[in-house]
Amino acid sequence: MGGHRATRAPVSFRPARPAFDPLGSVFAALLGLGLLALPLVTARPNRIALGTPLTAWSALPLGQALALGAVLGCAAPLLALRIAPGLRLAAGSAALTMLCLAAGWAADHLTPSGDRYGRISPDAGWWLAFAAAGLAAGDGLARLRPSPVLRIGALALVAALAGLILRSGLWDNLSVLREYVSRSDTFGREVRTQAGLALASVAAAALVGIPAAILARPVPALRAALLSVLNVVQTIPSMALFGMLIAPLAWIGRTVPGAADLGIAGIGAAPAFVALFAYALLPVTAATVAGLDAVPDPVRDAARGVGMTDRQRLAQVELPLALPAILTGIRIVLVQNIGLAVIAGLVGGGGLGVYVFQGISQNAGDLVLLGALPTVVMASGAAVLLDAVIDLSRGRAADRTP
Amino acid sequence: MIELMHVSRVVDGRTIVADVSLQIASGTILTVVGTSGSGKTTLLRLINRLVEPSAGTIRVAGRDVRTVPPDALRRGIGYAIQGHGLFPHRTVAENIGVVPKLLSWDRNRIAARVDELLALFRLEPALYRDRLPAALSGGEQQRIGVARALAAEPPILLMDEPFGALDPIIRGQAQDDLKAIQKRYGTTIVLVTHDMNEALRLGDRIAVMDRGRLVQEADPTALVGAPATDFVGALLGRGDRAFQLMALRIVDDLVEPGPAPGAPIMAGTSVRDALAESLWSQRPALPVSRDGVILGRVTRATLEAQGACP
Repeated sequence: MGGHRATRAPVSFRPARPAFDPLGSVFAALLGLGLLALPLVTARPNRIALGTPLTAWSALPLGQALALGAVLGCAAPLLALRIAPGLRLAAGSAALTMLCLAAGWAADHLTPSGDRYGRISPDAGWWLAFAAAGLAAGDGLARLRPSPVLRIGALALVAALAGLILRSGLWDNLSVLREYVSRSDTFGREVRTQAGLALASVAAAALVGIPAAILARPVPALRAALLSVLNVVQTIPSMALFGMLIAPLAWIGRTVPGAADLGIAGIGAAPAFVALFAYALLPVTAATVAGLDAVPDPVRDAARGVGMTDRQRLAQVELPLALPAILTGIRIVLVQNIGLAVIAGLVGGGGLGVYVFQGISQNAGDLVLLGALPTVVMASGAAVLLDAVIDLSRGRAADRTP
Repeated sequence: MIELMHVSRVVDGRTIVADVSLQIASGTILTVVGTSGSGKTTLLRLINRLVEPSAGTIRVAGRDVRTVPPDALRRGIGYAIQGHGLFPHRTVAENIGVVPKLLSWDRNRIAARVDELLALFRLEPALYRDRLPAALSGGEQQRIGVARALAAEPPILLMDEPFGALDPIIRGQAQDDLKAIQKRYGTTIVLVTHDMNEALRLGDRIAVMDRGRLVQEADPTALVGAPATDFVGALLGRGDRAFQLMALRIVDDLVEPGPAPGAPIMAGTSVRDALAESLWSQRPALPVSRDGVILGRVTRATLEAQGACP
């Protein structure tokens, strides 16, 4: 009996030992740091004045400060422990939601009624906590291994919630939305320009790059030449590329009949489009070459052996098998170009870069954010969406053992 | 009927296949044996124009293959390779149905043919039809690979080490299946292998390739009895010759009248297996039966005599 107890003793200790999750602990520490040690918001009397950093306790009424403290205070220790992924997702989401509410509350609380010049914006503490909570929620979601369709659903849900918050007026007193109010007439157009530039340049790159890869791949010399030329293009800094494009595009706009009517000119959307297209070409082409290279030789051989023509082999065997790799290349350039399209603002091409560069020149950080935040949201949304599509395209060839 | 007349294949000054002439009679199996680099795979791929000859002529059913467009030619010739080459993104049914689809068979006919072939290879159609290749075992993948090659009922089947990746037990089963199917459809088969025992077991005739040259072409008994060169002898493994010969013959025509003790052996048993049984059960003679009727007996002395050099 005594021996029995002795052998069991160490076992009974095990649950008592704290089971920390290393990654979750980092998120918890960042949440705590953001809430306790850093300012939650900055209050400025106008859009370019220096601000006063305020912690959660001075930025929020007592009740709301306590609510924020309670939710983050529960979420952080939970995230630090080894808990079920679902619970991790819930804790991260609760912290995220609470932070979104707290930003709006602080803005309302700190804005005197009727004031139109005061600027309340999230400060380092809020951003840090927001990033930590977002990463924790994403980590929880990833550990649940959701199906691609479920991930697209989650993205739609987040978008709907964000839309709801914007509609509700909760954030209307935040500085970024104050900037938005004064630009609401152009905002929609710039978002469309930004998305349009990114999508059109990637679509054009796919239309050119994929056939180029298919044609050049079997010829070693051509293939090497194509990839090295595109590699060189990739290394040209974007600003330099714009500069290089101004003269030839201006010349085309002046001399080729009808070109000017299409909007081809030294500045504006044309050089932006050409530059984005040039940057997208290498990843798309290289991904297509790599995807086609990865088709197993016996499969290629069998496709010839059963009597497929070259075209049938390409359409029925090689391209379907290369599709996940090609889509991965497109995902990379789409996310890259959504961000890069900001540069278009510099050459009169429009897009959200207009706000970024105006904000920089006016020393108005809130205006920079009005350009930068939607860009980040669009790029992240595109990444999640395309990752899900890639997984769906991979689905059929994946191992599905009964 | 497949005829190769003085066929050579030279790549960058290197001779892969050197002046090979061969005739493969309809409805027979020719096995091509050789070490790696002997040109045996190239020889096979010349027949369906996966590679083109540098010299010589190849005729299939009397027609020079160069007069037939390669795609059309290949659709009429079954092709099965080592590692099966199944399309990983297509289901079992789509893989098997690929050639009929290229030949524009109607959908119902393809579906019926797929089910017929799955049943032929003892794979329950309802269970296997919609699976992807990755969800199959190696043996199952190999059977689907052969089923795909047979789908459009080609008169000719080319096989390149089709059983190379299989374990010995499944391999034996697959070889038996192939023999049965060949009998059933009367298919002409050219099968490339590096395994002499497989070549002896399957081939009506055997072609031995060495450094691009055809060094001997003979039926199994003649090959074992009189290897043309030292290389053929080395491939056969000299020590096993007597047993290889015995493995090629069955006891059916060695039966003599008379009694023998113990359980009977089947008339289709190979001399080699019969001798092993005689030694193992310490019986100098074994009763032989066919369809449950005792035909007579076979003596150990008769069995042993079959191992002598012909």
